[in-house]
Amino acid sequence: MVAYLGSLAVLFVAAFWQLDTFTGQIVHEYSFSNFQTLWENDVYRQIVLRTVGIAAAVTVTDAIIAFPIAFYMAKVASPRARAALAVAVLMPLWASYLVKVYAWRTILAEDGILNWLLDPFGISRPGKGVIATWLVFSYLWLPYMILPIYAGLERIPNSLVDASGDLGGRPGMTFRRVILPLAFPAVVAGSIFTFSLTLGDYITPQLVSSKQFIGNVVYANVGVANNLPLAAAFATVPVVVMVLYLLVARRLGAFEQL
Amino acid sequence: MQLSRGARWGLRVATGLVLAFLYAPIVVIAIYAFNDRRTQQWPLEGVSTQWFDKAFHNQGVRDALWTSVQAGLGATAIALVLGTLAAFAVARYDFFGRESVSFLVVLPIALPGIVTGMALNSTFTEVLGVDLTLFTVIVGHATFCIVVVYNNAVARLRRTSTSFEEASADLGAHSWQTFRHVTFPQLRSALVAGALLAFALSFDEVIVTTFTAGDGETLPIWILDNLSRPNNLPVVNVVGVVVILLSIIPVYIATRLTSDPVQSAAPGGGGDKVAAAPVP
Repeated sequence: MVAYLGSLAVLFVAAFWQLDTFTGQIVHEYSFSNFQTLWENDVYRQIVLRTVGIAAAVTVTDAIIAFPIAFYMAKVASPRARAALAVAVLMPLWASYLVKVYAWRTILAEDGILNWLLDPFGISRPGKGVIATWLVFSYLWLPYMILPIYAGLERIPNSLVDASGDLGGRPGMTFRRVILPLAFPAVVAGSIFTFSLTLGDYITPQLVSSKQFIGNVVYANVGVANNLPLAAAFATVPVVVMVLYLLVARRLGAFEQL
Repeated sequence: MQLSRGARWGLRVATGLVLAFLYAPIVVIAIYAFNDRRTQQWPLEGVSTQWFDKAFHNQGVRDALWTSVQAGLGATAIALVLGTLAAFAVARYDFFGRESVSFLVVLPIALPGIVTGMALNSTFTEVLGVDLTLFTVIVGHATFCIVVVYNNAVARLRRTSTSFEEASADLGAHSWQTFRHVTFPQLRSALVAGALLAFALSFDEVIVTTFTAGDGETLPIWILDNLSRPNNLPVVNVVGVVVILLSIIPVYIATRLTSDPVQSAAPGGGGDKVAAAPVP
């Protein structure tokens, strides 16, 4: 634990170091110039916006897809079917992440299944790009959204729902006025995962997209350019975004839902 | 709850579609593993099991598999010891900073993997000056494996009462005997479940591994390296299927060992109210 915290501390200190452009050596002098580079460089700013944008899009998509199945599991299915469904949703989560991304790469490929399916309709596949990234991220993190919403819906007492019906609320109204407000913190809890996992990932964009995301820039700066200070500064961006997100989530009562 | 027939059917269909969506890519890779061509073309032109044979005799795959197994076992062993100790400290004793322990344990998996990876990498190479070997991979994996063991153990300890332990002590058992005969049997299935999950987590990890591994490749790293070699893709398909089976089977057993499958293997880990997710 000490080793881990020490490592994190080293990383954040490193964000304030510089890279000597002549020698390629890291100079241990402290300044904000790395952060300044991030802020003033258009390309970097665009990458940050693109990453946060796709994280938000993935979160909304997953919430919409997850709600019906979570609702079915929590309120309609029999207890036995419920347990079986929970395991069925959980299993793909643990199946190798890399193999799942690779499977999507195969599906989205030029002579892959998606093109074969879409060909009769005259539509072309999304190809390698932002849409493919959005699709694959939404797929990858979907169970993280389903499980918290399921747990949250299960905690809503049936008597509340019945009471709303007895008082004359039609199903649509009961859903909007009773279920949705009570389930909202669970959706926020799920969104913590979908949002943070998208922010930090660099392998999925690398495999299914040609666009750069925060993770790719960090990785390129550590591995190829050997500019650890800039990478560290860039890595603080998702951490800061997540801290802000967690603060908002806590206000919305999401922590009680985890 | 009262729902119209139409709404019920709508929900049923939506559930079926979501499950199909979740399993489709896994099924696709399993089908591709039986492709008899070298090219990844859909629809397949023929079926064969030749790539299973090739993968089995591939030295790179064998080495990577062995490295992965070693890393998984090492990380699981460290996680079991440290995770159980931390769980005992938090669940059984009151001390300064107790609340922050559960936060700290979760941190490695709440932060993006690339941050953990970079932090460990710069510590190993710049500060400690050690070479990146299998040992550094094990330490790296242990940081995020601890949390699954910890969560399972803490949830179990909170549910079991301390009166058995007190009774054992009153009857004259010293603390080691109490642990061996009273506490440990209560904890055993939670620890096995935690260990299986930790192994599955380590076996599948890519990001932290790329930052902490030296020359030895783990299986996911082998897959990542070979994705850019079209000739090796048929073998990658087979390895992918094997990796999925090897990570799903321990998790399936783990869900059977604990009373509540969602609680034990879900993103949050145990019954603890913490934000935590397996590192992908």
